[in-house]
Amino acid sequence: MKRPLLILAAVACMGAAADPAERLVDPVAEHRAKALFNEIRCLVCQNESIDDSQAPLAADLRRIVREQVSAGRSDKDVLDFLTARYGAFVLLKPPFDMGNALLWLGPFLLVLGGLGGLAYVSRRRETAVALSPEEERRLQSVLDQAPD
Amino acid sequence: MMLDELGAFVLCLALALSLAQLALSGRGAARRSMVFSQAGQAAAISTFACVALAFAALIHAFVTSDFSVANVAANSHTEKPMLYKVAAAWGSHEGSILLWCLMLTGYGAAVAVFGRGLPQRLKALVLSVQGALGVLFLGYTVLASNPMWRLAQAQTPVEGNSLNPLLQDPALAAHPPILYSGYVGFSVVFGFAVAALIEGKIDTAWARWVRPWTLMAWSLLTVGITLGAFWAYYELGWGGWWFWDPVENASFMPWLAGAALLHSAIVTEKRGALPGWTVFLALLGFTFSMLGGFLVRSGVLTSVHSFAVDPARGILLLSILGVTAGSGFALFAWRAPALKPGGVFAPVSRESAMVVNNILLTACAATVLLGTLYPLIREAMGGETVSVGPPYFNLTFIPLMAVAIVLIPLGPLLSWKRADARGALQRLWAAAAAAAGTAILGLLLVSPRKALACLGLGAGAWLIGGAAVELAERIRLFRIPLAEARRRLRGLPRGAYGVALAHAGLGVFVLGASFETSWRVEAAEALGQGGHMALGVYQVSLGAVIQVDGPNYIAERGPLVVTKADGTIVCRAAPERRFYPAGGQTTSEVGICGRGLDHIYLVLGDRRQGAEGDPAWLVRAYVNPWVRLIFAGPFLMALGGALSLSDRRLRLAAPARKKPPVSA
Repeated sequence: MKRPLLILAAVACMGAAADPAERLVDPVAEHRAKALFNEIRCLVCQNESIDDSQAPLAADLRRIVREQVSAGRSDKDVLDFLTARYGAFVLLKPPFDMGNALLWLGPFLLVLGGLGGLAYVSRRRETAVALSPEEERRLQSVLDQAPD
Repeated sequence: MMLDELGAFVLCLALALSLAQLALSGRGAARRSMVFSQAGQAAAISTFACVALAFAALIHAFVTSDFSVANVAANSHTEKPMLYKVAAAWGSHEGSILLWCLMLTGYGAAVAVFGRGLPQRLKALVLSVQGALGVLFLGYTVLASNPMWRLAQAQTPVEGNSLNPLLQDPALAAHPPILYSGYVGFSVVFGFAVAALIEGKIDTAWARWVRPWTLMAWSLLTVGITLGAFWAYYELGWGGWWFWDPVENASFMPWLAGAALLHSAIVTEKRGALPGWTVFLALLGFTFSMLGGFLVRSGVLTSVHSFAVDPARGILLLSILGVTAGSGFALFAWRAPALKPGGVFAPVSRESAMVVNNILLTACAATVLLGTLYPLIREAMGGETVSVGPPYFNLTFIPLMAVAIVLIPLGPLLSWKRADARGALQRLWAAAAAAAGTAILGLLLVSPRKALACLGLGAGAWLIGGAAVELAERIRLFRIPLAEARRRLRGLPRGAYGVALAHAGLGVFVLGASFETSWRVEAAEALGQGGHMALGVYQVSLGAVIQVDGPNYIAERGPLVVTKADGTIVCRAAPERRFYPAGGQTTSEVGICGRGLDHIYLVLGDRRQGAEGDPAWLVRAYVNPWVRLIFAGPFLMALGGALSLSDRRLRLAAPARKKPPVSA
């Protein structure tokens, strides 16, 4: 194939974080670490979290996360540490900040815009269908004049 | 060999013929000439015949392992099983684009043959647009991505490079043709939209012709996506089925746009309302399809599923996308304001429900688009490189979809034009009770207790219950004698069953997805021969691992036995770890046992040194509860689409005389 590296990456991803050789003894800490793995990107892989990837870098990152979690650091501390080291690219969930406002608010603004548009159109339609007072008066006069 | 040359020749001929189709049909429409229109139809049919012949020649080259064809040398191997020799014909970039062309010209020919009831000018316009698309894609195939290109005599290898072993799988052999038939099916709808804009007229008759094509494309796309997810589930070997990966998102966007179009086309057909919006969605569906093809084939976004990518040709594909979508939407901007707005409706009515459904589905599609392209946008604007992964989609897409799911059962119970919302809600009491009951049962019975997942279960039950209520309402169950209700049930149009089935299928999927993602059990240990580990309530033990010689691989096979605590055997499986020497790749062949709705999913990992120096294997095991519902749900939705399609009122080839003549 044209890009053998790519395919190896695809083969290698087999829920690697479950490897018993890596696991922490403390189940609570292991559980927290595992939740964090899903939010951290394996930087050298094709769009995988470090939870899935068998790449050596992913194993290193998992080791870092597990060490920090057992040392009692909070989830935010761990993610901040990794961001400082590797940049925002490492986060699978982009931070909620000004730079990413479009990303996070876009979908909901679209829905609000759509609903607003619907309300506007249906109000305009209703007024277009209803007769104005002037038209009502003229209609009445026509009806009055009509021979019964 | 001769056939290769013939294939290359007919491919060029097909390009010339689609040019003729564009010109003849275009002139036929402009001059309202029957002669030119019919010549255009003949050109459409012959284009398809030529592409089909070229495709057959390519398959022949693969089957006979003719390595003088560059594409065969790069993607095939003499020792590969026959099914995968054939499937390799569409496994490569060139082959998949030819498959795209085959579908495109096939739909063109189908319009020419089955569109007997179409007004002559509309038909000629649609075929002309199809011809233009054919010129673009066939031109690309012939000039930049010709699957028939030969290698010089001296370069012809004795053995081929083989197909990526991950792709050597029955589900994946069928996946591209079905997915592409869905993608490309939207091209017909696109053609209808352009034709309507050129004619400046959209009426109920137009919507009636658009709807079956949309239904067909959408149903096929549903099956294609599900096959892909199923393949990922058992072939990638860690039990995931959806990763919010760019390639998956690429197929999901046209699906969402298609779902929105299905609903808005009903409004346009039944009430003449929303014509502009329906046309917009029709343009959007095929635009997303082309965007999907481009994203998958260009490698512009990194993905776990990129198999045959080529950035240089990606630019050409992007240009085709730009030209097609650009002219479509430019035409829309120019002509749509002239479209007459149709029927009026009150804020509470079925029309409004459909519009809200459309807003939500379109917002969902836009979310997927935004999340997929955002890293590119951010980079292009000079910002830092960011990643947008599953956590983003879980926080944006799922809430939007949740609102849509709450509203779905309400729509069919509202009447057209002006409806009674309270009455509809009252009639849904049974569905609401089912939803609440399911959620509460989930909270009480399933441990560990997970409130959000139970809400998901409730949502699934709400959809299924809503579909049942809708059918019961239609036959006036319990309000008229039972025999009478049964007679009404038989008399219901198939479209009514289709709607109920599709909505219930979504419910089945939601049930399965909520349950599986929240309560899967996993275990992994390095086991030696005779070793065992706990998997939830089960015990998994490994027998003697043996060496196996496959047709084009060698493998280690590990017999695994799953038992309950009392020793009764639940499941035996023999997952394999395969090595393909042709490409030097390793894959894992998982073992799956079905238990009711659940799967016990077993994987044999790499060999390592166990305790006391004995060999041991990393064995991973999962219980994936209710996972069968995840794949059954979408198939029910597709089946619902197929049922609606078979409705007499909508049948593709429905002769015109059965309908009152639709004078446009």
